Amino acid sequence: MSGPGSVPRGAGLPTGPRRSARLGAAAAGPPGLVAGGAGRLPALIAGAVAAVVVAAALAPGWLAPFDPLAIDPSAAFQAPSPAHWLGTDESGRDLLSRVIHGARDSLLIGAAATGVGLALALLLGVPAGLGAGGGRAGRWLDFGIGRVLEVLFALPGLLLALVFIALAGPGVATSVVAVGLGTAPGYARLIRTQVAVLRSSPMIEAAVVLGRPRGTILWRHLLPNALAPVLVLATLGLGQAVVWASALSFLGLGAPPPAPEWGSMLSAGRTYLGIAWWMTVFPGLAVVAVAASSTVLGRALSRRAAGL
Amino acid sequence: MTSKRTTPVRGRPGAGPGSRRRVVSAALRWLALKLAGAAFVLWAVATLIFVGIRLIPGDPAEAILGGPGSQASAEALAAARAEHGLDLPLTAQYAMQLERLAQGDLGQSYSLRVPVAELLAEQLPGTLLLAALAWALAWLLALGLALWSTLGGRGAALVASGLEIAAAAVPHFWLASLLVLLFSNALAWLPPVSTNTPAGLVLPVTTLALPLAGFLGQVMRESMLTAISSPFALSARARGEREAGVLLRHGLRHAALPGIGLSGWALGSLVSGAVVVETIFARPGLGRTLLGAVTLRDVPLVTGVALASAAAYVVVMAAADLAERIADPRLRAA
Repeated sequence: MSGPGSVPRGAGLPTGPRRSARLGAAAAGPPGLVAGGAGRLPALIAGAVAAVVVAAALAPGWLAPFDPLAIDPSAAFQAPSPAHWLGTDESGRDLLSRVIHGARDSLLIGAAATGVGLALALLLGVPAGLGAGGGRAGRWLDFGIGRVLEVLFALPGLLLALVFIALAGPGVATSVVAVGLGTAPGYARLIRTQVAVLRSSPMIEAAVVLGRPRGTILWRHLLPNALAPVLVLATLGLGQAVVWASALSFLGLGAPPPAPEWGSMLSAGRTYLGIAWWMTVFPGLAVVAVAASSTVLGRALSRRAAGL
Repeated sequence: MTSKRTTPVRGRPGAGPGSRRRVVSAALRWLALKLAGAAFVLWAVATLIFVGIRLIPGDPAEAILGGPGSQASAEALAAARAEHGLDLPLTAQYAMQLERLAQGDLGQSYSLRVPVAELLAEQLPGTLLLAALAWALAWLLALGLALWSTLGGRGAALVASGLEIAAAAVPHFWLASLLVLLFSNALAWLPPVSTNTPAGLVLPVTTLALPLAGFLGQVMRESMLTAISSPFALSARARGEREAGVLLRHGLRHAALPGIGLSGWALGSLVSGAVVVETIFARPGLGRTLLGAVTLRDVPLVTGVALASAAAYVVVMAAADLAERIADPRLRAA
């Protein structure tokens, strides 16, 4: 929940022209793209963790020893043991199986939210970036979208997501859109910068001089090049989206309780914090593993993209 | 560059009454600009929520009173329609809403039946205390980390990047739960419920501060390392300044700059964190009020908290701008 403000911080990328450069530096998140200084080992570990989580999401039935929804009241609140590696919950359901089955929902929600955020960001960022170097109308467009983003940044972190949920009501679909909405301003600023820089690049100039149609230039030259660094950041952002979505479920605003989703498992765990620590520790560890591996992988990718 | 001797900006020669007037008028212009910006942001947030309520399918009166599931009574719906002028055309509703906001009237919380402004005034101090303490602790930790690594601490880089990854990956709610498990349940050192006593503040403040310190620490460390190996630090040493002086006068200043630049982001982290932390530690405050309002879909109250938080953001950004000018003479000359 440190916020996808932390994701699309745009550090290491050329900042926008004129005034927005300083504004951007002040309002955007921390420059997380700074190299961690570590070697390849963290990336390898992160890759292995990601592979396990994706495997769990694709085929939970193969990995999970029990049915995640099978209730057994006589086995409630069992501490971790050889029979139940991670213990059982208040209804005697096997926690390991629930954590494994939870991977699918948690990853899907995180990925969908990232997708929503990127789509919104493209809608705002591409016109602004194209306008930034264009004529009078284009610059006004850029200015207008810039002010919209500024206002969205004034509702930082979870706040925009919470306002949206208050208006649209809680639920899985709402929390996906809410998290996407919360992450969009950061991505949009980054895309704008990317597009603005590319627009004035020799490559695009050449395409214009050669008389390529505008649509071709946009789809074949501009967008693919603008998206590459954004996709790297989306890798970083996926983990954040998982964290945010689990926070919303934890607060009782996301996935409803019976589903094996990490956030709602944690929400149940909070009720029994005093008697069953494992109900809080293990689902939380899963969230942290996903977020940390996506952070480490995203950084490794961005370092590679920067040619370091 | 930051040395007083190389940039005599502060004590500008010939600071007569004329230049003082210029300084005052520049300050007034700055203030006017910031006030206009603040008014714009608040207007836009209010407009955003106004449009949002009308875009959601269904009866806006019902949306204001907790959504379709709230089973608001017919009288309550009628009262809400009258209060928000929902029978009037949209433009008139909008004008009415803005007029009331301009007068400082944030409306009535339907779930608590209290004026929203009153609730905000009541809940703000607790959250402010929590956030201010967490911010201060995060800065202390981050600066400490930066100093440690410039003083040759080989572990500092590891701690800093470890903290940063943890900051990106560890949700506030999980950190809070772990701290409660360890310090309240296992060791019984600190209470799991937060009060305004020192012992009652330790856990929530730590929960908020650690992730923040992770991000700040990383940027501060790098900025400081760059500063003490740059030419101006060398020339300071050549002038005979001691290493401690270089570190404190130049290093710390450069470490602080990116931290100040991240203030807006830090506020976001603190606000989101406050929602979770106040809920977990059963601590009264704006965050917990917001969560309750969101759960009950109490739109007037949510709007009030959003406006208050946007106002806080504007104030923090202005303060950060000012602090940056004070810390960085290069900006003042411009």
